[in-house]
Amino acid sequence: MKAPLSWILDYVDVPEGTTTEALTDRLTLTGLKLEAIESPGRDITGPLVVGRVVTMEPEPQKNGKTINWCTVDVGDANGTGEPQGIVCGAHNFKPGDLVVTVLPGGVLPGGFEIGARKTYGHLSAGMICSARELGLGEDHDGIIVLPDDAGEPGQDARPLLGLDEETIEFEINPDRAYALSLRGIAREVLVSVEGASNFRDPALRDTPPANDQGHPVVVEDPEGCPVFVARRVSGFDPDAPTPDLIVRRITAAGMRPISLAVDVTNYVMLETGRPIHGYDADKLRGAIVVRRAREGERLITLDGTNRALDPADLVVTDDSGIIGLGGVMGGETTEISESTTSILVEAAHWDAVSMFRTGRRHKITSEAGKRNERGVDATICEAAADRVVELLVEHGGGHAEPGVTVVGTPPAMPTIRMAYDLPERVAGLPIDSSTVVDHLQAIGCRVDADADGVDVTPPPWRPDLIAAQDLTEEVIRLVGYDLVPSVLPTPPSGRGLTRSQQLRRRIGRTLAGEGWVEVVNFPFVGTADLDALGLAADDPRRDLLGLSNPLNHEAGFMTTTLLPGVLRTAGKNVGHGNTDLAIFETGTVTVPRHAGPAAILPVDRRPTDEEFEALDAALPAQPLHLALVAAGDAVAGGWWGEARPVTWADAVEAVRSVAAALGLEVTASSAELAPWHPGRCAELSVDGEVIGHAGEMHPTVCQAFGLPKRTVAAEVDLDLLMARSVHLRKAPSFSSYPVAKEDVALVVDASVPAADVEAALREGAGELLESIRLFDVYTGDQVGKGKKSLAYALRFRAPDRTLKEGEAAAARDAAVALAAERTGAVQRT
Amino acid sequence: MSGPNTDYDPVEVTPLKADQVEEMREAALAAVAAAADLDALKQVRLDHAGDRSPLALANREIGALPPQARKEAGQRVGQARGAINQAIAAREAVLEAEHEERMLVEETVDVSLPTTRRRRGGRHPLTLQSDLIADLFVAMGYEVAEGPVVEAEWLNFDALNLGPDHPARTLQDTFWAEPPEHHIVLRTQTSPVQARTMLTRKPPIYVVCPGRVFRTDEYDATHSPMFHQVEGLVVDEGITMAHLKGTLDHFASQLFGDGITTRFRPSFFPFTEPSAEVDVRCFVCRGTGMDEEGAQSCRTCRGEGWIEWGGCGVVNPRVLIACGVDPDVYSGFAFGMGIDRSFMFRHDLEDLRPLFEGDVRFSSAFGTEI
Ligand SMILES: [Zn+2]
Repeated sequence: MKAPLSWILDYVDVPEGTTTEALTDRLTLTGLKLEAIESPGRDITGPLVVGRVVTMEPEPQKNGKTINWCTVDVGDANGTGEPQGIVCGAHNFKPGDLVVTVLPGGVLPGGFEIGARKTYGHLSAGMICSARELGLGEDHDGIIVLPDDAGEPGQDARPLLGLDEETIEFEINPDRAYALSLRGIAREVLVSVEGASNFRDPALRDTPPANDQGHPVVVEDPEGCPVFVARRVSGFDPDAPTPDLIVRRITAAGMRPISLAVDVTNYVMLETGRPIHGYDADKLRGAIVVRRAREGERLITLDGTNRALDPADLVVTDDSGIIGLGGVMGGETTEISESTTSILVEAAHWDAVSMFRTGRRHKITSEAGKRNERGVDATICEAAADRVVELLVEHGGGHAEPGVTVVGTPPAMPTIRMAYDLPERVAGLPIDSSTVVDHLQAIGCRVDADADGVDVTPPPWRPDLIAAQDLTEEVIRLVGYDLVPSVLPTPPSGRGLTRSQQLRRRIGRTLAGEGWVEVVNFPFVGTADLDALGLAADDPRRDLLGLSNPLNHEAGFMTTTLLPGVLRTAGKNVGHGNTDLAIFETGTVTVPRHAGPAAILPVDRRPTDEEFEALDAALPAQPLHLALVAAGDAVAGGWWGEARPVTWADAVEAVRSVAAALGLEVTASSAELAPWHPGRCAELSVDGEVIGHAGEMHPTVCQAFGLPKRTVAAEVDLDLLMARSVHLRKAPSFSSYPVAKEDVALVVDASVPAADVEAALREGAGELLESIRLFDVYTGDQVGKGKKSLAYALRFRAPDRTLKEGEAAAARDAAVALAAERTGAVQRT
Repeated sequence: MSGPNTDYDPVEVTPLKADQVEEMREAALAAVAAAADLDALKQVRLDHAGDRSPLALANREIGALPPQARKEAGQRVGQARGAINQAIAAREAVLEAEHEERMLVEETVDVSLPTTRRRRGGRHPLTLQSDLIADLFVAMGYEVAEGPVVEAEWLNFDALNLGPDHPARTLQDTFWAEPPEHHIVLRTQTSPVQARTMLTRKPPIYVVCPGRVFRTDEYDATHSPMFHQVEGLVVDEGITMAHLKGTLDHFASQLFGDGITTRFRPSFFPFTEPSAEVDVRCFVCRGTGMDEEGAQSCRTCRGEGWIEWGGCGVVNPRVLIACGVDPDVYSGFAFGMGIDRSFMFRHDLEDLRPLFEGDVRFSSAFGTEI
């Protein structure tokens, strides 16, 4: 809400010397936050004075234009007292007119410096200004012609144009709709600013009593439209200009001047907060009827849109049909035009919820709608209508018809009981009962006090005050939020982070410690992303939760996998030259459960446990995932030797590290799953449960995401992993007897997984085996085609004795025998 | 050693004469002293103390001497050999020390060579900021509560006193899941976690809820469809706005530095009544609004001395009722601020987009703690 300071001060006095900053600082602390202070004349410096045109000689030019060579009396402002010679291209004035003149040395908005210059054969010393040149609007049809009594030549023109005016922009919270008016802002000044006084309510005026000579109005839905006031002005001059003051003020408030009739309704809306609608009275047919729309009805609104109406929409009708969307927007057929001479003024009170729904349904946002949906003073319809009539008559030359239609009565305000000590119990600050009463009365409440508390009837402009807590806020803000003391509460002993929270931190630290960099991606995905991953048509990851209103239709779903995000981010990094990279992300993914709707439960009681559980069951599953991608070199090359490129094993090892941090061991077995390379994808499991996959990316996928071939990635379900994490690990015990080492090399078919060979060796070696390590893998001529040699180092040790001669060798032979039986392994000699 | 040589002619045994032995000893000691390195000393040892050295050969002749002369000659030769061995050992120690010293000099490397073979990792600064904030509250005795980001409309709005016709609903531009009649949204705030906490725990409740939230804001330097919030909720007997102020003052001083306090301005949030905007005193200019030179206005707070930080208030009794807490017994406060926003002004970041672009240079810069 933008409010010219002078307009605010029309309705309230502040102590002499109160600066704008002091005023806005105080209002900010009591709830009207200062957004900005605007001053249109800020960018104009130097002499800008009133001038009277003395002579004016039109001089046609070769280019077809005609310029006027003028002399302008600027009093003593030019230092000589002689008329100033100025060339002017406009024609909307005549000798004798008062105009606005900027003299040499002046600077106009945009840094436009004015000097004396030769043009069209004259020395033009200054400029006669248009509104646009002064930053006062877009109107550039001609120069500004001031009213004849506006001032004397040579006088500073700024005050006459409102260029010295300061306009304050406030941020208005949704509960303070009353402050969407000068009336409300002035009242806030009265109650918040020390020493402010003499509030003059612009909505407090004597209005003519209702009679039956007015335009007939029938309200069929008094709940939707509790009050409807109609007044009529006839003999109105459609060409009458809007007075400068009104133009300046509504412009400063952010509205566009249109015509006197429209400008006046806007002016009164800003002044009182009450939206007004004007009809061309000659276009009305018969009685006005207010009702809800009927199925299938349509209306072309003022903005030219043909709208299908909803049965919940409130409409204004006459014999011709629907003529307006009540309180939201008028219809085209009765719109005030350039030839309107008879105006019917409507000031009606509308149900706020209905206004909100209609506005949202038809996607209409307007100044009127904004006020109607937040709540307007229902008692000022007559005053506001009367004020409009007054201004139309005063400036548009018509006369007020005697008929005054008033249908309905304003709804009563509730009475709210509040204990005296509630504000102090809420604030934690002593507030005595008289302070409570004073502040509530100051904001306009009627207060009936008794021994324990107050019965409070809020003023009609405060429909937001409905419960004791609302009154509490009013009292505390006027006492001053800055007086609330700072006291630390004493919580009971907490239990610290949950196990899952600790584990997630551990996972992040583990990966960061091993060189992985965490990234955060948006969880939105499109089917094209899944195509790029090469997911099959029946891949369960294609079952996505859609968004009704995505920002981007290419990413209109919640993702089921973190891979598209990390791969895209990896691709961007490579594009930025970060070619050796390892990134990871943890985040939830969304897996639809195709459950029923989530109920809208009542709010006047706690939901039952069953209702609450049903709510959760209706939501999609949202498991926490980890995804990682690496590309380029894992170990840089340097004076120490060659670089080592990233391989599939780095992705598997990263997951193993994470698992180890949770006390778990991961088993890898080969699998085929998009987006991995079919021969280089590991299915990772813990205790037989699959927790994810890792390996080298399919070359096509690498290409799709702008990544080099051999980029590697992994994705695991951290919820599954964390659920298995070992909480209390047992302390290890180990033997201090000597170790016996045995190495074996086994030749197996290339297709036999090393993990199977190792498992057989472990089992066959028995209890004396302390550890086993695969230290070499060989393929080549010495073992033959389709074969590979696996070399293992075995360490044997007994917990309670030194091994006897031959014991280790016997265990080794048993291990080899079992490996031979299970995997066809042949010991290499 | 051979047996006594009975045929021995003592006159012929010249090497055992005193002056001869002395000569051999002198020659040996001179050679030891002249040995320049361990190799040379080895040769000296062979030549003068070895089996075929002159004194060793002379020693063999002792047996040929008459018994009365044997003792004297044996002593003479033995002393000479002892002196030589001692000299060799001493020389050897010196040469070995010299050798070692020389080797250490020769093994010198350039320790200024680069040593980093592997990239450094890093956690995302928003994770770090979020953890840091959680830790500050855990230290006060709070617990960290969490909930789903795809959330029931009722929990995101209705339970928080944001009924379907509440004008404030339109202020939070909401992503709706398909189909809309299923009443499922991407949570627009972390407040549903507060509702969940009240629905599942008995007071006293002291929790913070950090997490991701979503609004349909176009992505630009100051808006993102996804951002991070931290909210706090306390429900206990006798909780007041003063407790809220005390908690936020403490939070501000922990996050931004000693002496940094907060300011409350009246505001509106359906969840709370009374409600306040909370501003934090600018920790760069410490509230003066001036930059270091005292000339221009402070960049961090744009000269205002205060930075808008978040919203807060006393939990609206309607919310307590919907969440099963008796408002006649308990009261509470709640607050919420942007983690991203807090990070931005705490770390002097003007454009939020680097937080979500994933350039590894950005996260790496923060390492594993902030
Ligand atoms: Zn500052």
